[in-house]
Amino acid sequence: MHIPDGYLGPPTYLAGYAACIPLWGIAARKLKAGLDARRAPLLAISAAFSFLVMMFNIPLPGGSTGHAIGGVLVAIAVGPWGALLSVSIAVVIQALLFGDGGITAIGANCFNMAFLMPFSGYYAYRGLCRVFPSVKGNAVAAGIGGWLGLNAAALSTAVMFGIQPLLHTGADGRALYAPYPLSVAVPAMMLQHLTIFGLAEALVTGLVVHHLQRSRSAWILQATSEKA
Amino acid sequence: MREFRKYWIALLVIALLTPVGLYLPQILKAGSAWGEWGIEEIRQVLGYAPAGMEKEAGRWNAPLPGYAYPGRGTALLSRQGFAYVLSAIVGIAACGAGGYLLARWLARRRR
Repeated sequence: MHIPDGYLGPPTYLAGYAACIPLWGIAARKLKAGLDARRAPLLAISAAFSFLVMMFNIPLPGGSTGHAIGGVLVAIAVGPWGALLSVSIAVVIQALLFGDGGITAIGANCFNMAFLMPFSGYYAYRGLCRVFPSVKGNAVAAGIGGWLGLNAAALSTAVMFGIQPLLHTGADGRALYAPYPLSVAVPAMMLQHLTIFGLAEALVTGLVVHHLQRSRSAWILQATSEKA
Repeated sequence: MREFRKYWIALLVIALLTPVGLYLPQILKAGSAWGEWGIEEIRQVLGYAPAGMEKEAGRWNAPLPGYAYPGRGTALLSRQGFAYVLSAIVGIAACGAGGYLLARWLARRRR
């Protein structure tokens, strides 16, 4: 899901930055006002955790690979605004040090993986926790949130890929950037993420939340009644 | 800080396990992630390399490209695994430092 350099034309990647810059600003303001000092080191741990989770490539035999992101799990621990900053740090480090995801695409990649994923998954989790208030129910809610968040990010990534042929096709009919239209990009991305990769994300999110709830580190999970 | 020590240790243990994410796709003959193909791979599949893509690709030279040592050719499997774990540890350090500095900066501005 890490869009490399050269896959998005300038209008799309600039839009990615234009969307992220104000979001990063809001996140900084929110955390400045409300970050519990005890929770502050969790920002660093969350960024490192998300970075590591993304190194576990899951193969589709004979096909492509994908991975979980941990964005919703991080959002449950440090709130969605904290997750925006934590996962953004991981995405920036991946691009700068490891060439995983483009420099031009940092805005677009952060919008998908650090904004859409944590926010959609986190609010789904919060809603589902009200329906399933038990310890197990909360873990299931977290798993569903993880699955949903990953797929929200995958869909947005697929749309970004898929609109490139509409925006940039040469006079000779050749693509200038990502070559596959929406009708190819969306099904290809979604089939993988709705199934295998989404399942991996759900398991990581649900199992870690379950473990934290039962351990003495339960304070890490923000109380469900607490305001985000 | 002590209550966080076990999380940092857990992260290091996870880092040692990361080669699973390197070797398993190789064993099962899985390729790049969808939409993350290299320029040569694209050229083979499409029969041409999109002009904009060709111009932009390879513009940035990362120090550990693709969580591996820089350079052409395929390294020994054991060397790839070592580079992968090294990348994981560098990544933990960089993300940890980034997160820590950000959290400190946000906390200081509050006063």
